Amino acid sequence: MSTPLRRPFRFPWLFTYAIGYLIFLYLPVLLLPLFSFNDGTIVAFPMKGFTLKWYAQLGAQDTLLQAMGNSLIVGAVTAVVATALGLFAARAYVRYSFKGRELSEGLVMLPLVIPGIIVASSMLVLFISLGLRPSLTTVILGHVFLALPFAVSIMKSAFDDFDQSLEEAAFDLGESVIGTFRRVTLPIVAPGIVASLLVTFTVSFDEFVLAFFLSGNQPTLPVYIWSQIRFPAKLPNTLALGSLLLLASVVLLLTAEYFRRRSTKSAK
Amino acid sequence: MAGLLKSEAGKGLALSAPASLYVGLLVAGPLGILVAYSFWTQTYVEIDKTLTWANYLEAATDPLVRHLVLRSIFIAGAVTAATVALAYPIAYFIAFRTNKKTLWLLLITIPFWSSYLLRVFSWKLILGFNGVMNSALLSLGVIDEPLTFLLYNEFAVVLTLAHAWAPFAILPIYVSLQKIDRSLLEAATDLGCSKLERFIRVTLPLTVPGIIAASLIIFIPTVGDYVTPSLVGGSQGKMIANLIQVQFGPANNWPLGATLSLVAMAAVGVVAILFVLLATALGRRIR
Repeated sequence: MSTPLRRPFRFPWLFTYAIGYLIFLYLPVLLLPLFSFNDGTIVAFPMKGFTLKWYAQLGAQDTLLQAMGNSLIVGAVTAVVATALGLFAARAYVRYSFKGRELSEGLVMLPLVIPGIIVASSMLVLFISLGLRPSLTTVILGHVFLALPFAVSIMKSAFDDFDQSLEEAAFDLGESVIGTFRRVTLPIVAPGIVASLLVTFTVSFDEFVLAFFLSGNQPTLPVYIWSQIRFPAKLPNTLALGSLLLLASVVLLLTAEYFRRRSTKSAK
Repeated sequence: MAGLLKSEAGKGLALSAPASLYVGLLVAGPLGILVAYSFWTQTYVEIDKTLTWANYLEAATDPLVRHLVLRSIFIAGAVTAATVALAYPIAYFIAFRTNKKTLWLLLITIPFWSSYLLRVFSWKLILGFNGVMNSALLSLGVIDEPLTFLLYNEFAVVLTLAHAWAPFAILPIYVSLQKIDRSLLEAATDLGCSKLERFIRVTLPLTVPGIIAASLIIFIPTVGDYVTPSLVGGSQGKMIANLIQVQFGPANNWPLGATLSLVAMAAVGVVAILFVLLATALGRRIR
């Protein structure tokens, strides 16, 4: 049913278009790493020689390392909180039917469709009004909000393929609710949890606008990069840092994808 | 099992409550305080809590506000149209013309697992006066002097955002193409439809829900985009988010910033609803 309709040979317009489109998609992503090895401060052709010095210089920048530390803390806390909230919510959506389920399911997806600037500005106003100064805490509160839809949808697909009779069997064999959850449910959806942790971490790690408004004098890595973009002399270092971040994001999310697939396969 | 839990419904509600409360509170709280601020005024650091329509009056009469709101909607509309139009053939290709669907879907999503800020930054480097594109074209001898229309205008903003939103257009359209019952297409051919007719009268109408979903996912956040207009928009490409940031930052006029946020959100809502009504009606007409 999904095999292409058979037809006589003709020029593969669509295929050619698809390849062209892929080049368009990958151009900006591959450009940063390419020029991060360029022995020159201007990003233009022709390229000069090959160098690793832009990378080597990164380790000596204290503000950068501090921003990196901030981002790791924010990302880790966000990942754990968002995944925990998402785990319970997804379990409720898949397993139980209750009044207001659809409303709740729609509500947790809302953060995806509110323009970033509005989320950022309104949260800033709220937190200040509540007496919370901009800090890593406020960034975490905001990032959990943004990451929750990702956690919920990943956990929902993990629970979707989960065979309920396994839990019932555990109950019948005398296991408690908590014991069943810990010894039956959790191990089966574990790949989904790992995927959710990795994705929500990356969402937080790459997020800029909210952190820009809410981080105060504790910049995260994207906020630090933003402050560096203005200085042409810092450009090569920013390219090197950006390339490392790209690599980290892609590796993290490919790993997440691997676990997500495992979670839906193993349960079938 | 009955003793452990009062009811299925109760358990479901209790499990989902933390997530929905969290989102609910962080939507309602900020929105409520934003509405409150929009009726207040600020002089230096002092917030005057006398209720007034002054901010809304200012937003309604200031030509800059009207200009930026209209431009944001126009740019977001152009971005949506461009992204969907560019993405449709790819979605079609993956759904109908290849057996390596998973590979293609992976290939189109990988670039978007990288930081949005960095991708926009990269476009700035590509499109700049002394940038990658100009220097490449110059050294190839295609042009004699750098092109100046590439960066710092609406074109740069639309191009950058059409790139940023690509998978959000491809995936919903792919899903709706994939759902089409292939026997409908065969029936259309058997009944004498040409390929083009078949596409316009069968395939396209059936993918209208996917197109609507893609358009909304792209249009709504794009109206409030801050990074792209700041980095590649120049003065011609500034959008409403830039003005909102100025109010919360350098200008330090939070009440006006709050009002502008609400005005932008209302504008997005109205346009989105009109679009859905129009697209649904059109989808019915061509069938």
